[in-house]
Amino acid sequence: MHQFKTNCKRERLKEIRHFVAEVLGDIGFSEIDAHKVILAVDEVCANLIIHSNKCNPSECLELFIEDHGKDGVLFEIIDYGIGFNYNNYKEPNLEEIIRKRKKGGLGIMLVKNIMDTVEFKNEENKNICRMIKKFTRTK
Amino acid sequence: MIKIDNHINDEPEYYQLSVGGEIDASSSIHLEEGLKNAMQASKKIIVDLAELEYISSAGLGVFMSIIQELDNQNIKFIIYGMAPKVYEVFEILGLNQLISIKKDKEEALEAIK
Repeated sequence: MHQFKTNCKRERLKEIRHFVAEVLGDIGFSEIDAHKVILAVDEVCANLIIHSNKCNPSECLELFIEDHGKDGVLFEIIDYGIGFNYNNYKEPNLEEIIRKRKKGGLGIMLVKNIMDTVEFKNEENKNICRMIKKFTRTK
Repeated sequence: MIKIDNHINDEPEYYQLSVGGEIDASSSIHLEEGLKNAMQASKKIIVDLAELEYISSAGLGVFMSIIQELDNQNIKFIIYGMAPKVYEVFEILGLNQLISIKKDKEEALEAIK
């Protein structure tokens, strides 16, 4: 189990990506697979930092990565901010985003496309995002 | 983290924006500023992404948010030079169908003629 804890500042995203890249490299992800998974983790963390925790640097975010062999790699991201209601998530329509010149709503769309399983839940005042990615090992 | 340079060419006339490094939720504001400046300065814009190592939805959202304005203002806008791993992110969202993307500068200049 690999773990990383940081506070809720946008500037921490680069450190989160760096941590995920190192772990995925050790597990045996190819560069192109790793790039997409790093992106998915970054998207969830950016949402949690910006929307759930309003960039409050005294709030923290914890990330756990665990290799489950042929069942894939498990990612768990835990925070204590405002929970994200995944059940209410409606995939944005790209044409509408363009017409209304909105910039949001794309991150979760990317996450859903990249990861094999995505779930958000709330347990004892903490929000847990759990994602699984299966991949072809290079090692 | 994000590197942005611009070059205004007179003959042929075009505005070149070069974006490198990493665009995420903390740096996408600089991409937005760079694109706004380009749109105020020229009707022919080429964007060199050869040095771009990473883009998240925050950066993709910036590109999407200007598509309508490019059309309204009749601005020719081409992106080029993307690494395959960066192109793939555009592809996941279908942005490669909405923005004109070329392989290199030569093709980009040909497209804005």
